[in-house]
Amino acid sequence: MKEPILEMRHISKAFPGVKANDDVNFAIYPGEIHALLGENGAGKSTLMNILTGIYKPDSGEILYKGERCALKGPKSAVHLGIGMVHQHFRLVEPLTVSENVYLGSKECRSILNLEEMHRRVAACSDKFGLEVDPRAKIWQLSIGEQQRVEIIKLLFRGAELLILDEPTAVLTPQESHSLFTTLRKMADANKAIVFISHKMYEVMTYSDRVTVLRDGRSVDTLLRSETDEAFLTKRMVGRELGEIKLNEKTVRGGAVLQMNGVCADSDKGLPALCGLDLQVCSGEILGIAGVAGNGQKELAEAIVGLRKKTGGTVTLAGEDITAESPERIKMRGVAFVPEDRLGMGLVPNLNAVENIMLRDCENGKFSRRGLVLGRRAAERTRELVEQYGIKCAGLGRPVKLMSGGNQQKLLLAREISGTPRLLITSYPVRGLDIGATNAVHSILEEQRDSGVAVLLISEDLEELFAISDRVAVLFKGQITGVVERKNFSYDEVGYLMVGSNSGKKVNADA
Amino acid sequence: MSASELVSFLSSAIIASMPILLAAVGEVFDQRGGVMNLGLEGVMLMGAVSGYVAVVKTGSLTVAVLCAVGAGLLMGLLFSFLVVTLQADQTVCGLSITLFGTGLSGYIGKSVSGVASSLVFKPVSIPLLSKIPVLGPVLFHQDVMVYFMYVLVFASWFYIYKTKGGLILRSLGENPSTADVLGISVVNLRYLYTCLGSVLAALGGAYLTLAYTPLWADKMTSGKGWIALALVIFSMWNPLLVAVGAFLFGGINVLALRMQVAGAAVPSQFLNMLPYLCTILVLIFATGNFRGRRKSLAPKALGQPYDRESR
Amino acid sequence: MRKPFRLQKRDDSPVSLRIVICVCSVLLALVFCGILILAMGNNPVAAYARLFRGAFGSGTRLGTTAAKAIPLMLCGLCVAVAFKMRLMTIGAEGQMTLGCLAASGVALFSHIPGPMMLVVMMLAGFAAGGVWALISVLPKVYLGVSEVIVTLLLNYVAMLFSDYFVYGPWRDPKGDNMPFSAPFADNARLPKLFGSEVHLGIVIAIVAALILWFIFKKTVWGYEIRVIGESPKAARYAGMNIRRNMLLTMLISGGLAGLAGACEVSGTVGILKSGISNDSGYTAIIIAYLSKFNPLVVLLVSFLFGGLQAGGYSMQLVGLPVQIVTMLQGSILLFVLGGEFLTRYKIVPNRAGKEAAVHVGE
Repeated sequence: MKEPILEMRHISKAFPGVKANDDVNFAIYPGEIHALLGENGAGKSTLMNILTGIYKPDSGEILYKGERCALKGPKSAVHLGIGMVHQHFRLVEPLTVSENVYLGSKECRSILNLEEMHRRVAACSDKFGLEVDPRAKIWQLSIGEQQRVEIIKLLFRGAELLILDEPTAVLTPQESHSLFTTLRKMADANKAIVFISHKMYEVMTYSDRVTVLRDGRSVDTLLRSETDEAFLTKRMVGRELGEIKLNEKTVRGGAVLQMNGVCADSDKGLPALCGLDLQVCSGEILGIAGVAGNGQKELAEAIVGLRKKTGGTVTLAGEDITAESPERIKMRGVAFVPEDRLGMGLVPNLNAVENIMLRDCENGKFSRRGLVLGRRAAERTRELVEQYGIKCAGLGRPVKLMSGGNQQKLLLAREISGTPRLLITSYPVRGLDIGATNAVHSILEEQRDSGVAVLLISEDLEELFAISDRVAVLFKGQITGVVERKNFSYDEVGYLMVGSNSGKKVNADA
Repeated sequence: MSASELVSFLSSAIIASMPILLAAVGEVFDQRGGVMNLGLEGVMLMGAVSGYVAVVKTGSLTVAVLCAVGAGLLMGLLFSFLVVTLQADQTVCGLSITLFGTGLSGYIGKSVSGVASSLVFKPVSIPLLSKIPVLGPVLFHQDVMVYFMYVLVFASWFYIYKTKGGLILRSLGENPSTADVLGISVVNLRYLYTCLGSVLAALGGAYLTLAYTPLWADKMTSGKGWIALALVIFSMWNPLLVAVGAFLFGGINVLALRMQVAGAAVPSQFLNMLPYLCTILVLIFATGNFRGRRKSLAPKALGQPYDRESR
Repeated sequence: MRKPFRLQKRDDSPVSLRIVICVCSVLLALVFCGILILAMGNNPVAAYARLFRGAFGSGTRLGTTAAKAIPLMLCGLCVAVAFKMRLMTIGAEGQMTLGCLAASGVALFSHIPGPMMLVVMMLAGFAAGGVWALISVLPKVYLGVSEVIVTLLLNYVAMLFSDYFVYGPWRDPKGDNMPFSAPFADNARLPKLFGSEVHLGIVIAIVAALILWFIFKKTVWGYEIRVIGESPKAARYAGMNIRRNMLLTMLISGGLAGLAGACEVSGTVGILKSGISNDSGYTAIIIAYLSKFNPLVVLLVSFLFGGLQAGGYSMQLVGLPVQIVTMLQGSILLFVLGGEFLTRYKIVPNRAGKEAAVHVGE
């Protein structure tokens, strides 16, 4: 029986307000590819940060090759032979591959011998089939090649245990496949590989063993050959659903927003939305479920006109708005509460009145002939503040002083005050406490009751199940399924979120 | 133009290029580390006045150079403290250093204005090499500081591109968080390179009073500090190109001066505009977002204070 | 080794705190320079007293102070407008120079009778400065090139351009070959007020400040400038045309500096020569920064800095170097900049057991 190269026993770590890791047990053996599976917030990143010496655990122990060790910081982890490839690469763009690999390495001599560096990097990369030109400059490389450089960096420093955080998030399918082929070669050379993922296909295809984390606990560790998607999904999301009250009051109307075959690219130029079909009707809350990074940001921006569509059409109440500007789309009655509350939605250093004016500053609601109608804006702000119970230190104080909940209420109030037909909100209750969350949800339900079509993007299934009438699942830039409220189940939606093909796929009628 | 006129012209060009060359090489180190020092003008003046006062009071060129170095170091520490530790805005800080340095140097210089010094760096011929036709007397019949400059330029180029220290320097200006995670101290290194830049700028200023025109006049650098900044961009942060550019700028200056004296047709002012206009073009070329362009050539983190918490 | 104190980011810095820190910084700067003055063998107290008297000691002196303040006010407004939109322009010096040039051109070669002459001169100055500023910001607007260096370099181009005229075609043929133009006619001179040095330019400056204050506080355009300066992302989503605003703002900004040049050459100097701008463009940056870009405060701070300059000349008369003033201006800003740190961070005792999260993970 092989000895594990690394064992984490009873690891716990808490941050103010949340227990990120709760008595986690995790072991990894040399020569295996081990998948770490879990939803957002399950504690995967925290665990790996503990392993790489960035956090210190509150309790528990770590054994490396059987010996207890205390990781004093990132350098000691590197010293032991533990290395991690993060989602955001740490490469210096104008330097060559070899220079990046050597930077900070003990091998780096005072006077650089570039030829020798290139040779040794090439040898290292050839050994594991990581094709990359050591002489190339980083900015010339594709994302997949840059990732290879990150891996070479680790191997060069003698890493025995490699951790990859969502490695395929930025890769094309071919690049993903080639990556895992390489990882297999490394495992065959007796390295231990851990990869964090939420994509069931990857986990089931490439891993040897799987550990499932849920709510900070390690729920299961299984041999991949002894399990299947259904079981893993259940373990990953497994909750009992509370009583789902059906909404008797509101009548769902016709489609307000219709998206057909919409395609759009991400900021990095990779396709983010790939032929997306979606319909939101008046008088309903349509929730968009999905793990972050599957196109949520691009979806919202595509609808409101902040992102160019490379294909497909978007119609609002029958009219084509695919190529329209954000201002015109706003004027047609579309309201948007972005996830970046203080970056795009509100201006932190301006006060409440000035922020309320932001939406209507171009259309003359608060201005006449170029002059700002300060009093009218202040009155309106006062009305909204009262109506929604927004607590702020004063209308003239910068909004960055307000609590997150009140900021969100202000933002919603502003967007709704234009009586929109379509309201899109992204992660509206992120970072808010219970009271604020309930208040925001009430506002959304009120809107729905008055006939507005509400699109709610969130990664919290509980939230979606609580107030949505239907839930659509976004996976890899497409809607893989839509579930009616009466059919809500964690299993069902969970499957769709991880791209499972098993399980029933239910499409609601229009 | 006869051979001897050519030699005289080229020789003068090298001498004219020295102040901005030294300051610009220093600033290259600065900017590659991610810090932009707009205070060069003030630092150069402080170096100039310190060197001059020292040489008048002590009669020793060595002491004078050391004083200039000291002045540069102090100014550098002041600037680094404000910009690296206190994370103040680099543009405004640099301008205040210029103002402060201009004022203080003028104040200190009052005691020696009008006082002539006969002690200058005189040209020293390098045997054999200075006999090469044309290039010999131009390159190898110069004073010690110029020879120092040759070494400096080459050593700087070598350091930046061929050594481990240079590798770290380059990553500092591009991606300081990468260096930080590797355990490299961003703060310490930025202090080091900023002070190095200041010291070299002060030496550049000292060259004016110790070799070029041995007297002190208020604000005598008359904009050379700004030209040095332009030169850094013009040379795209490469010390070898700095030397070439400085030589060009210096040459244009000498040419313009001679033309003015000779009463030439083209007004000297337009000739003197050339370095600035060329630098603007280079800046646009090197850092502009053209369609399809991959990457700006400026160090990515230039001008941004490094705040670890915002990593 | 744990430090006894650590730094904690402040959530908010009340205005009262900022004023206190600002005032303390200025006082510290005075002390610092006082030490330097002492080291140079002069009496700092006497120097400051002389400075103060020279600036504000009498009616005439107040007039001189006000006169010196005029270009600082207008340039200060120029910088304030631009910096409010986060356009870090250092080009006021060059814009002012071209304003001088344009106004001089009108004064010397157009034979407009009566008060119209002044009006045209002011307009010419505004236009010249505005156009120059516009040119300097084009690389930023269309190619994202940093405006800091471009505006700086164009200063020298502008000054050399103006020098060409001063040393060349516009040189006064009756002037003994000195690099001056012919003196302006009477109707090309801004009239002096109250029998002192200060001229009509002060009215222009005050009116400009009031207009600017009004624009910032009450107009949609002023609102847009503030939003774009604070958060370009939010501005873009709100549908604001950032490009057009950048161009318009720089036009006004450069225009104000050009106006400063026109006022100075017409009110104070009366001929075209080199160096009329006298570093006003750079001092203006300090002034604008200290005024937190508020137009009315710019007037006040400019007046104080004008006082420093007037007082400087008075100091010179008793043998104290005028460079003390420049040194003082520089150190005031250095200390204020340093002091700003305390408005962003608090010094708190380091409690044991608290671990700083190094990574923002999930």
